[in-house]
Amino acid sequence: MAKNDLIGGSLWEQYSAKVSERMNDPRHRGEISEEEARSLGARLVVADWGAESCGDAVRLYWAVDPKTDRILLARFKSFGCGTAIASSDMMAELSVGKTVDEAMKITNIEVEKSLRDIDGTPAIPPQKMHCSVMAYDVIKKAASIYKGVDIATLAEEDIVCECARVSLRTIQDVIRINDLKTVEEITQYTKAGAFCKSCIRPGGHEKRRHYLVDILRDTRAGMEKERLLVQADAGDFQSKNLIQKHRAIETALDEKVRPMLAADGGSLEIVDIRESRGTAGEPGTVSVYIRYLGACRGCISSTRGTLQFIENMLRQELDKTIRVIPL
Amino acid sequence: MDRIYLDNNATTIVDPRVKEAMDPFFCRQYGNPNSLHSFGTEVHPAMRLAMDRLYSGIGADDQDDIIINGCACEGNNHVLQGIWFGRVRGDARNEILTTQVEHPCVRNTCAFLESLGAKVTYMPVNADGVVDAETLRRHIHPDRTALVSVMWANNETGLVFPIQELAEICRENGVLFHSDAVQAVGKLPLDVSRTPVDFLTFSAHKFHGPKGVGGLFIRKGVPLPPLLHGGEQMGGKRAGTINVPYLVGMGLAMELAVDNLAFEKSEVRRLRDRLEDAILAVPDTLVVGKRELRTPNTILASFRGIEGEAMIWDLNSGGLAASTGSACASESLEPNPTFVAMGIDKELAHTGIRFSLSRFTTAEEIDRAAVLIRRSAERLRAISSTYTGGH
Repeated sequence: MAKNDLIGGSLWEQYSAKVSERMNDPRHRGEISEEEARSLGARLVVADWGAESCGDAVRLYWAVDPKTDRILLARFKSFGCGTAIASSDMMAELSVGKTVDEAMKITNIEVEKSLRDIDGTPAIPPQKMHCSVMAYDVIKKAASIYKGVDIATLAEEDIVCECARVSLRTIQDVIRINDLKTVEEITQYTKAGAFCKSCIRPGGHEKRRHYLVDILRDTRAGMEKERLLVQADAGDFQSKNLIQKHRAIETALDEKVRPMLAADGGSLEIVDIRESRGTAGEPGTVSVYIRYLGACRGCISSTRGTLQFIENMLRQELDKTIRVIPL
Repeated sequence: MDRIYLDNNATTIVDPRVKEAMDPFFCRQYGNPNSLHSFGTEVHPAMRLAMDRLYSGIGADDQDDIIINGCACEGNNHVLQGIWFGRVRGDARNEILTTQVEHPCVRNTCAFLESLGAKVTYMPVNADGVVDAETLRRHIHPDRTALVSVMWANNETGLVFPIQELAEICRENGVLFHSDAVQAVGKLPLDVSRTPVDFLTFSAHKFHGPKGVGGLFIRKGVPLPPLLHGGEQMGGKRAGTINVPYLVGMGLAMELAVDNLAFEKSEVRRLRDRLEDAILAVPDTLVVGKRELRTPNTILASFRGIEGEAMIWDLNSGGLAASTGSACASESLEPNPTFVAMGIDKELAHTGIRFSLSRFTTAEEIDRAAVLIRRSAERLRAISSTYTGGH
């Protein structure tokens, strides 16, 4: 929210002249009949997408040359607002002359760009972007009908934000690579969620399969797990967390210290491990509090030579900041 | 070409007489009415006259309060938040009863109060689109209901709620009753001396007064803490320097609105019905709610196969201003809650167009509007992928 958002009601003012023209007089409106398609030596494809109850519905007609797969003629009909009508019109126009496979690459973003008056100035306001998505969906549907395949087989990617056409994979990648922590950051990096906002969280304009809040949470949870595993495997003692440090110390004690003590009928156990964070230039310390058991208890060496031996051993094996404190 | 304004439920033209009455209070009599000097006191007679007109316009007793504020939205917030902060919190009676079809300024205030822990129940409307006495009886509980808030007339459909009955039920049960009358003033006779409402809210700009001024009626003896704290204006119930020119304008606008009620009931209604007949002459259209149950100026129409925003775009190109509650036009992108509550086809939730007249609407405008509407319906149905009728 800022100066430009505070007045409101400026939806239509943000339409490009091209959007207005195509809303008022769509060039490719109407139907293609069987006869018309036949007269072109073409196959007629009719695809429907959307429903009135969702607020948007479009029907696309293609006359496709069966020998070359080229779209000779395209028309549409639409139940929708100005943006939906104008983008359907542009979508039909862009598909003419292309093969079906080429047409499948047309996205709502390309449609929107073609409707711009000036490069860099969006043709429609952000909250209207979802109205252009249908233009993309209906092409997919028409292509699947033409090819005689299930539309699901044509979905190359799992799209999270239809408006900006951002895939699940892309969103997961930017979260990981850039260590993103908020949905706002995802939107800044990918534009996902910048338009109709349905994909941000449940309860928006339409139900989505994926929501940014869930993707963020799950990806971050995954990242955290990986971080812990990396830490666990890290050779570097300092990077380990406390439990992992404990485990490493126990292992070192088992291997290098306890056998020696056992030879004299003694042993030791760890009572506590405490970390003090270091400051700049001053490394932190790891204090290992131990209790002697068996013959070691009360042994004169236990606070001198043996203690020195244990501490040196741990410092040598693990980290030089370790201190051993007998209780 | 002259444009045609059929969006009077959104706002209205200021009556030129109102503007004229306000004029002296900008550059000549601009004193602060709370000042003791002559600049302050010289505006008092005009303010008293305005208050007299407001009191008489809604039948308020001199012992009642009409708080002058910014708009009905403020008044509604004042009542709902005031009841919550002043009464409900910590009381056994902690429930607010309202309807599923209130204006966002009631609905969203209730949602805000819910986030603070209030219990709010949204009563459904019946097949006629209103909350009836039976529904209120079913929901009201004297031991737990603190406030009932029901609009006098719906902004989208114009449907008039049985406020007399509802208010009496609340009175019988000892429960406070508030009505958002923003769509009723100037369209229907209101008389709080007969209708036992405790709070009533209105906005001047809906009845040919200026924007930015409204009124909140509070019945004598009903406590309500202020929403805006500050100075002693309005008896401490609404701080902020009184907007003298706007109060003067609202006073006259109220008087003119009340004087024109008979005209509204006959002439505005006649033109409304004429437009409605023209709309219904277009195939596959419907109008929500029975005529006699609506304010005399409102039509909520649905044209099958036509998305609402597409049609108001077309009409606007032809110079006709109407509005839509349909999903595409609003930023929220949600289907019209009134439609949903009334159980109207989901398909139609995106086709609604509202035409609302005023006493300034002319027969010539209605006839031109009818032509534009028919033409747009034909054009948009010709390119509609879902319209199958008419062939």
